[in-house]
Amino acid sequence: MNFGNILNEIESTDPEVFEKVSQRRHIFKSFGTKVALAALPFAIGSMFKKAYGQTTGSIIDVLNFALTLEYLEAAFYEQGSANPALFPTSAAASAIATIGQHETAHVNFLKSAILASGGTPVSSPVFDFTAGGTFPDVFVSYQTFLAVAQTFEDTGVRAYKGQAGNLISNNDVLTAALNIHSVEARHAAHIRQMRKANGFGDVKPWITNNDSGIGAVVQASYDGEENTLQAGIQIKDINGKAISMSDASEAFDEPLSKDQILAIVAPFIV
Amino acid sequence: MKKETDLNVTNPEVLSTSLSRRNFLAFAGIGVLGTALVSSCKRDSGVMPDGTIDLGGGDIGILNYAYALEQLEAAFYTKVASSFYAGASADEISRLTEIRNHEIAHREFFKNALGSSAIPDLEVDFSSIDFNSRNSVLATAKAFEDLGVSAYNGAGKLIVNGDYLLLAGKIVSVEARHAAYIRDIISNGSFANSEVVDSNGLELSRDPNAVLSIAGTFLKSKISAKNLPTS
Repeated sequence: MNFGNILNEIESTDPEVFEKVSQRRHIFKSFGTKVALAALPFAIGSMFKKAYGQTTGSIIDVLNFALTLEYLEAAFYEQGSANPALFPTSAAASAIATIGQHETAHVNFLKSAILASGGTPVSSPVFDFTAGGTFPDVFVSYQTFLAVAQTFEDTGVRAYKGQAGNLISNNDVLTAALNIHSVEARHAAHIRQMRKANGFGDVKPWITNNDSGIGAVVQASYDGEENTLQAGIQIKDINGKAISMSDASEAFDEPLSKDQILAIVAPFIV
Repeated sequence: MKKETDLNVTNPEVLSTSLSRRNFLAFAGIGVLGTALVSSCKRDSGVMPDGTIDLGGGDIGILNYAYALEQLEAAFYTKVASSFYAGASADEISRLTEIRNHEIAHREFFKNALGSSAIPDLEVDFSSIDFNSRNSVLATAKAFEDLGVSAYNGAGKLIVNGDYLLLAGKIVSVEARHAAYIRDIISNGSFANSEVVDSNGLELSRDPNAVLSIAGTFLKSKISAKNLPTS
């Protein structure tokens, strides 16, 4: 897996990405090849060592996909935290700093895991958090910043959830991914509370139907969350209990596929 | 089979329950063979001579384990929402009522999914909780939610069937949202502090024995995880 592969996948959903990244693409083509892989020292000493022999290419692909998303989040919070004026209170700045530290820790952890599994960590893309001008004031307006943060966190939860099945053969990697997944959900819940407390959106810590509380621009990150049918079992009013459509949708978070996630993040990649 | 048909005629709820279970098993790729397997393993789950409830083995055992935890959570929030603690804000009443509904949804989902393989209803022991005290209720809620997240995180690797794993994933992130909310209304900003997230940014996992020893203090029923998978 190299970053060129991720770009190829983005290209299938965002035809313009080829032009946007053509220069970088060339660089990535010479990176992450089999030669580069073979040149890597055999990494030892981590919890993934014993899984080395079982770590398939597809698992490393998943880890690199996750790494790309963590790069996105880590860079986003780093740039946000660089402007203290963005935050109305020290509690807000502190919460964002905590979340940012977790995302940076995820980046470092995933890089180590990929190396220990015999893979090559992808490089960080260059990000444009205005998404080509969609969020021009993302690091100036607290409201816009939190809207993008909420979308990233809720999307991240869906991304990890969508990949769990691809990790089922490797207990260590699966557990690590699950242990990141629930942290992203905690982040999402807190950001949603921050938005509500500031009157930016009538949202709860959990996702109601497919409502973002933000607007159509982020709808792709919420489509499908309205599902109330789980494994063929209708959750609404289940067994005569007073479980509303909203309750039923909130009670289960829904996954997104890698392609869906890549299409969502493509506008943020230069 | 005839018996089931008879029941269906006289009790529409049984019809919908058995249909749901059939759908679930078909969805999970188990089908007829799996149904036979579940039946043949039935002796592994159920009530032992001393009254201990055995969760059973394999994926069914893990689903029963989740069902047990959801029973505990649902019972707790049902009691909380039946008469709120003194000084509960309107927001707290709304959110805690929603959490109750989520946990009931989870409980009923597992009950229907497991069908005849489901463990019985558990008897809870909430004698240590003061339901009129905000501190007592929220401290218990925090403990239950953090415990639930760590339980699902630890159970993922024990699941063989990818569809079950996805279902666990769909639930655990909602439990994590609950946990973050409860933590924040106890102390704003504690949604993911070092009690639950390590220096790598990873949340805790707990294995079933560790989880059940904590959960057991809130249960009259005794639960055995001896037949659950360990890897």
